[in-house]
Amino acid sequence: MSHPRTIHAVRGAIRSGEQSAVDVCEHALGRIAAHDPALHAFNTVTSERALDRARAIDRDKARWKDAPLSGVPVAIKDVLCTRGVRTTASSRILDTFVPPFDATSVRRLEEAGAVIVGKTNCDEFAMGSSTENSAFGPTRNPWATDRIPGGSSGGSAVAVAAGLSTFALGSDTGGSIRQPAALCGIVGLKPTYGRVSRYGLLAFGSSLDHVGPLTHTVADAALVLSVIAGVDPADATSSPEPVAAYGAALTGDVRGARIGVPARLVDEGVDPEISKAFRAALEVLGARGASIVDIALPNAGAAIPVYYLVATAEASSNLARYDGVRYGFRAKVEPQDLLTMYTRTRAEGFGPEVKRRIMLGTYVLRAGYYDAYYLKAQQVRTLIRRDYEQAFERVDAVAMPTTPTPAFKIGERVEDPLQMYLGDVFTVSANLAGLPAISIPCGFTAGGLPIGLQLTGPMFDEASILRVADAHERDTDWWKRTPREFEDLRI
Amino acid sequence: MSVRFSTAEVDAIAALARLELTDAERKLFARQLGDILEYAVQVQRIDTSGVPPTASLVTSHAADRHDAVAPSLDRMAALANAPDAAPDAGLFRVPRVIG
Repeated sequence: MSHPRTIHAVRGAIRSGEQSAVDVCEHALGRIAAHDPALHAFNTVTSERALDRARAIDRDKARWKDAPLSGVPVAIKDVLCTRGVRTTASSRILDTFVPPFDATSVRRLEEAGAVIVGKTNCDEFAMGSSTENSAFGPTRNPWATDRIPGGSSGGSAVAVAAGLSTFALGSDTGGSIRQPAALCGIVGLKPTYGRVSRYGLLAFGSSLDHVGPLTHTVADAALVLSVIAGVDPADATSSPEPVAAYGAALTGDVRGARIGVPARLVDEGVDPEISKAFRAALEVLGARGASIVDIALPNAGAAIPVYYLVATAEASSNLARYDGVRYGFRAKVEPQDLLTMYTRTRAEGFGPEVKRRIMLGTYVLRAGYYDAYYLKAQQVRTLIRRDYEQAFERVDAVAMPTTPTPAFKIGERVEDPLQMYLGDVFTVSANLAGLPAISIPCGFTAGGLPIGLQLTGPMFDEASILRVADAHERDTDWWKRTPREFEDLRI
Repeated sequence: MSVRFSTAEVDAIAALARLELTDAERKLFARQLGDILEYAVQVQRIDTSGVPPTASLVTSHAADRHDAVAPSLDRMAALANAPDAAPDAGLFRVPRVIG
């Protein structure tokens, strides 16, 4: 039996009466029960709560009929607060935390009719690129279960790719939505900084953190963005810029669109199979009438060190709040002493990558080093922004592979954090500059591992990158593939 | 600029970061922080004279709101996640600081 896979297909099935919201919810919960023990995409499955919601939607058809996400299952990354549902950041320090409020993005999804099926695994506090840095164990890639799914939103990407949830929310501080989307063969969108409220997102790097969707199609990503975007009084950095009609932007018409390719950057250190798929994706866009333009992003090569200086500085400050007083874990200390309680709570509560980043961030903010590292990194951040501003005078979007390599084996890079960081080469600059960027499926390696194409646009111009991404999707069928074990899904 | 960390320096950073480290972590972080900062040296080579720093990407702020009282988190809800709350007093409890 086949089941609707995309948001648009689920909505169609519910609207036509072919399926009820409870049917759709039970199907998702059944797949989670069958496949999640092997994949470990979820930290918490909210079966009863989800079925209650689905029943309420079925009962009050008049109220929910026209809601944009009525009855559609969604998985929420475990760094977004959900009222009454445990929210852990995949960290021991928060493993019993039950938020008394919802993140704004979560609230907006529920108001639009979405049904939360669970909270997804991630790298602890979203710090990582593989979902191996979770206190609850790694998530596995459904295309090859001995490999990482990417991260940090690895659980969200796997939940969607394996059909355990129709779509998911993730967070992206240096590529954490786009990179796992690429490595799992799905669509991942990081909107412009300020486009989606960060209220209720557990803070990692406040000037770099973004909330966005992981979906099967570009049209689904556009739909979710239209629901979660918009100004929020609870987030002072959210933007009053009007929300565009993202669905209406998907015309398929990219004639005359100029796609910039930073040739020097994408020709270096990229896996040959990924280069080949990337070039083929550009040809697909070219055949639709887009022109490919060579551009330079001269400072993009410095994006990784700049990112790891800025992000760790912000993290060391943000994570100071986890002190064993107001919420979460507290270490037992005898005899009782406040300072030892703090230091031991944090020692026992945080995992190695979080400690490493807090240490690095504390160092770069330290008196005497601040100018050499943090201030300098912020100045180069300005140069990276200017590079993009100049590029967008000539082009409508910038294309790059999302990742330099396909999914690597679990455990392969755990001992070498720097090597892990280098994998973020194409994604971090969009966070430093605040630009919208999307990853879409653009091929597979000979070994059957997904490859992603990344498109980056000017500030608040999600519509343009969605249009180009959708045009590519119309002429390719990579997005239709499902991992072998998870084939019983219909588009 | 080459970056090398002694374990004493690592201890000084850990004290600022309120982290208790094991001996194995002190050695590991001394090496790894050195490696990462060594790699970051390329940032220092970029000419940034006269370039302002980017601390925030916010270009347009929502209008300032009125300074009006609005509903906020209930005190008991705020205390509910505390490892050692004193609900009767409406406070979080911590180890004694003043003798």
